[in-house]
Amino acid sequence: MTSQSLTPAPGRDIAPGSGPWQLARRELRRRVSVKVSLAIVAVFLLMAAGAPLLSALGGRSPDEFDKSAVDPYLGGQPVGPLGGISADHWLGVEPVTGRDLFARVVHGAQVSLLIALTATAIVVVAGTAAGIAAGYFGGRTDAVLSRLMDLTMSFPSLIFMIAMMSVAKDVNRIVLMTAVIGLFGWPGIARVVRGQTLSLKHREYVDAARVGGAGSWRILTRDILPGVAGPVIAYTTLIIPGMIATEAALSYLGVGVRPPTPSWGQMIAESVSYYDTDPMYFVIPSACLFLTVLAFTLLGDALRDILDPRGSRT
Amino acid sequence: MILYTLRRLAGVIGVLIAVAAVTFTIFYVLPSDPAAAACGKACSTERLTAIRAHMGLDQPLWRQFWDFLSGIFTGRTMGSGQYALRCDFPCLGYSYENSESVWGLLMDRLPVSASLALGAAVLWLALGLSAGVVAALRKDTLTDRVLMVGAVGAASLPVYFTSMMLIYGIIRVAGLLPYPQYVSFADDPAHWASNLLLPWLALAILYAAMYARQSRSSMIETMAEPYIRTARAKGLPRRTVVVKHGLRSGMTPILTLFGMDLGGLLAGAVITESIFGLPGIGRLFYNALSTGDQPVILGVTLLAAAFIVVANLVVDLLYAVVDPRVRL
Repeated sequence: MTSQSLTPAPGRDIAPGSGPWQLARRELRRRVSVKVSLAIVAVFLLMAAGAPLLSALGGRSPDEFDKSAVDPYLGGQPVGPLGGISADHWLGVEPVTGRDLFARVVHGAQVSLLIALTATAIVVVAGTAAGIAAGYFGGRTDAVLSRLMDLTMSFPSLIFMIAMMSVAKDVNRIVLMTAVIGLFGWPGIARVVRGQTLSLKHREYVDAARVGGAGSWRILTRDILPGVAGPVIAYTTLIIPGMIATEAALSYLGVGVRPPTPSWGQMIAESVSYYDTDPMYFVIPSACLFLTVLAFTLLGDALRDILDPRGSRT
Repeated sequence: MILYTLRRLAGVIGVLIAVAAVTFTIFYVLPSDPAAAACGKACSTERLTAIRAHMGLDQPLWRQFWDFLSGIFTGRTMGSGQYALRCDFPCLGYSYENSESVWGLLMDRLPVSASLALGAAVLWLALGLSAGVVAALRKDTLTDRVLMVGAVGAASLPVYFTSMMLIYGIIRVAGLLPYPQYVSFADDPAHWASNLLLPWLALAILYAAMYARQSRSSMIETMAEPYIRTARAKGLPRRTVVVKHGLRSGMTPILTLFGMDLGGLLAGAVITESIFGLPGIGRLFYNALSTGDQPVILGVTLLAAAFIVVANLVVDLLYAVVDPRVRL
């Protein structure tokens, strides 16, 4: 994986003057795994973004009970094969309540991805800022920030997230969850960026800028930031699956978003008690979760091979 | 080396105090009042005050925290008068729920969690590292592809999904094993293993996948080093090159990962323990949360943090042993 290089295969003509981003894009386009995973990611992102529209198209809202779709004499089992999949309910219905699974999965995608992506954004911005500051300014700044990174990393994060989520009662669950997940994620990326910044800050072009009279801010944003962008992008894509999984795990444990707001983890938790009688109810949200995590992982792998071939993680 | 260890140990204690302080602060903003809960519905103001005093909740926060911290090292007496309760070293307080000592509860549950984590670790190291090394040595062959596709797939499966599939497939459909019920190793080693087999597998599948991916890329990097070429050029057999020169430095990055994962799992396998009904520390924590049992929550958090920092310390010390380039 890491031995892939930026140089194109011999015999391929690269127009002179192709920038590094152009080269990267060209390399990405050659990979099948990238195409497939991009397609999956795009489908789920569209699903999340257009959730109200899609569920309107399916004709059901995620909280609408449909007693006609479940059989009261069979303990509320969905009517029909495969968990009640029909023209009316595209992915079947929830047992007992008869809520439409398609609408719930689509709205669940919105909640799950919103939390995961926002938390990732927080982590990346905070981590990059901390990493650049620690690496570039060194000295006391570095000492304090590095201590803080070590401290955050020695927190038992899942235990802590569960504790914090269950303590706060009357807060917007989505905002809280984003903040809590983001809180423990930043040291990883900060370390990567710090290492990269350390290796960049005494390169000739940075020294030249300094001699030319550029201020710290200008050097940081114009010279250092573009230099760390590659690893940051690769790392970002690689932490998204972890964020999605964490959100799902917290919701699964019942400390995430509150019903009736659907989220994949919560749907899986509810479906566990029906795994025997209505396996489709369990399979559908699990498959969504699996596919999203898988697609982001594959995409992240490819991006890392191309943008960060030496592997700046230690 | 000794000086380094001492300095690190001081750091460990510092981190633990910080973790305790943060946990303490979080639960101070907890809206529920355990004294009111203990007092019940027909509760007079005097009785509530008495209970608060007994629990030490009438003290200022810093005082409560200080009592808690010093209690860990010296033990302390909780409450006063006829209700006084002596809590010996290492005192983590008493559970609000059933008045058992938190330390005792933790030590009761630890063997379960340790059995789960250590057994799973053996499995995932064996599976993950061998898959990773084989894939690295046969880079870009069919074997490599198959192994890595399997690894990326398995790493994307949440542990509760794998667990449910194992329960469904092996217990429900095939009927090969009974539903897990924890039996202690000392009582019956065979039953202990057969009951833990599925939880081990569930955890090991996830971690083995991650370790296979990590060890593959680390091994590929190592095998491209100049000293490997030198070893080959000297005419050493391939086996010696791989085992004596490659594995040693190829596996050191895995050590860091392993320390963190094992430390995290020893007191943090909340999901796996819940699904398989194992009475471990994760379950204890989960139950304590639903009842707002603060001393237990604090105790578990501290123990979990202790496992993580100690595991990291051990890993750093081991580094010096494994990798001759590291000087402490």
